[in-house]
Amino acid sequence: MFDTALTLSDLMFLIKGAGMTLAVTFFAVTGGTLLGLLFGVLRAQISVWAALPLIFVLDVFRSVPLLIQLVLANAFQAIAGLNMPPFATSCIVLALYTSAYCTEIVRGAIDAVPTVTRRAARSLGLSWGQDMRYIVFPMALRVALPSWIGLTLGVMKDSALVLWLGLIELLRSGQILVTRLQEPMFILMVVGAIYFLMSFPIARLGGQLEKRWREND
Amino acid sequence: MFNYTFQWRQALQKLPLLLDGALVTLQIALMSMAMGIVFAVILAVARNSRSTLVSAPATAWVEVSRNTPALFQIYMAHFGLGSFGIHLSPYIALLAGITFNNAGYLAETFRGALRAIPGTQLRAARSLGMPSLQAFRLVIMPQMFRIAFLPTTNQMVWAILMTSLGVTVGMNSDLAGVTQDINVRSFRTFEIFAIAAVIYYLIAKAVTLGARLMAARLFRY
Amino acid sequence: MIEIRNVYKSFGPLEVLKGVNLSVEKGEVVSVIGGSGSGKSTLLTCINGLEPINSGTILVDGVEVHAKTTDLNLLRRKIGIVFQQFNAFPHLTVLENVTLAPRKVLGMSKAAAEEIAVKQLTHVGLADKLSVYPGRLSGGQQQRMAIARALAMSPAYVLFDEVTSALDPQLVGEVLDTLKLLANEGMTMICVTHEMSFARDVSDRVAFFHKGVLAEIAPPDQFFSAPQHPETREFLSNIR
Repeated sequence: MFDTALTLSDLMFLIKGAGMTLAVTFFAVTGGTLLGLLFGVLRAQISVWAALPLIFVLDVFRSVPLLIQLVLANAFQAIAGLNMPPFATSCIVLALYTSAYCTEIVRGAIDAVPTVTRRAARSLGLSWGQDMRYIVFPMALRVALPSWIGLTLGVMKDSALVLWLGLIELLRSGQILVTRLQEPMFILMVVGAIYFLMSFPIARLGGQLEKRWREND
Repeated sequence: MFNYTFQWRQALQKLPLLLDGALVTLQIALMSMAMGIVFAVILAVARNSRSTLVSAPATAWVEVSRNTPALFQIYMAHFGLGSFGIHLSPYIALLAGITFNNAGYLAETFRGALRAIPGTQLRAARSLGMPSLQAFRLVIMPQMFRIAFLPTTNQMVWAILMTSLGVTVGMNSDLAGVTQDINVRSFRTFEIFAIAAVIYYLIAKAVTLGARLMAARLFRY
Repeated sequence: MIEIRNVYKSFGPLEVLKGVNLSVEKGEVVSVIGGSGSGKSTLLTCINGLEPINSGTILVDGVEVHAKTTDLNLLRRKIGIVFQQFNAFPHLTVLENVTLAPRKVLGMSKAAAEEIAVKQLTHVGLADKLSVYPGRLSGGQQQRMAIARALAMSPAYVLFDEVTSALDPQLVGEVLDTLKLLANEGMTMICVTHEMSFARDVSDRVAFFHKGVLAEIAPPDQFFSAPQHPETREFLSNIR
């Protein structure tokens, strides 16, 4: 198994692929988090009935396979004559997909702040904005952060699907090497190890953060 | 608005084919869940074992399944095993990949549920003369499944979504596979995939609803 | 007959049993009293083999509990135990809680197990709660169910581990009444308890557990009116 044709430049090729995975993840998570914050605060603010259209749309993002979403979006931008590069399409779809989960995290975290605490803040004369900024946000952050880390890692793993639109991210670069070198198990194990290295330490950190905060409560 | 004529009627004619695919999708998801639950129970118990020989492989399984993409796991089954001369069909590779993933995630769910059951329950069962396996099966496991029911339902929805990944290894009988098959012959990509999306959505909702009804029947305490 | 001979038991550096000796005859009721956290409960879980011991022997009807060759599951069938925290199985109805072990451990038919269960549940005053889940019961009712569950195995001995300690004061009486009923029927019982009136009225002998040993064992009259050991006197004067 260690007798491999994999060269250093092949390894660099994989690392470049990992760079693409990280780039897609970065844009998706940044966009998705901003949208998620917006939708989440909105969800916590307005009534369920008013939020129904939003709830429905976000639920669709969570109930339709990402692969199907990517193909649909790509077909749509072609029809609309937008001429978007696959990278942009992928980032937008993944960002919307991320926002659907992020909204739930944000709403859940805001709901986790006790009403009495917020009443107390407002009773002290804090405005809605001040209450959000100084009371709700810091408290909600502790609830949301572990789940948000989990979401980010989830998106990183799901981003492998953008290979279907032709992006050469980590898994796709692995596949290219497999075709060329005919050593599927070894190369895929290298690919898996890279994914693992990008995911596992952060997952552990998230787990520890959650544990420590739970113990402090 | 667009320089394109939508051909919904032509796409809708393929609905019977798509629904056949949906059945295969549901079938794979259900099988992968059934096997995943069995493996997950074993993994959850094994991870708590004091013997490293038992707990280490279980931990490896769980961590790999949770820290690599599901698609990677399917690739491993389809391409990776080729190194050992094992060539799984897309169907089996997909089933194996999703089962592996389900088992890893559910193992963590079950482990959390086991921790939530007071240790005194096991002591009480053992005190009645039950051997440990019987005590686990009759007293601990039913409580574990109840605590883990909602996350298990979510995993089932995940399993359905994951079946769509089969198309990347050449699967052509499930909903995504059938959709892609029709697509490459008709080039009505948007219409055909939009219909597939609706079907996936409806399956996911039906599963969630079904699970709720099941929970109401199963857990009366 | 239960014979406890020179039993030592420690949890890590903490020695809880330091040479305990006690024998309990068939039909006898022995109450064990003493300060909290002194290891009284540990003694009970050693008797049915839930806890291993460091040295000494415990014999139940001549069978050594902690011998490697002993089939503990077999042995536990004749030693019932009722815990402080009830330990009702929440996913089973009251009837199912009581029939589970007779059916699955003793291999009884459903009908036979239910007949016994109904008899025992009637005995403890829960005949009207058969199809209720434990979550709907009060603490006292749950504890009485736990007693019926232990009795349904027709044990030769029943161990009671501070069975009233987790109960609201107004519910203690109903459980103690059940225990008295059993004692009067000739059941062999070891009761770790804080209820002095129970120890005095129902026991054949009372044992005082202090610093890992049974410092004094005597019939209740003698135990309460003329305690021999200075620590017993001290303990009794504190609770009065």
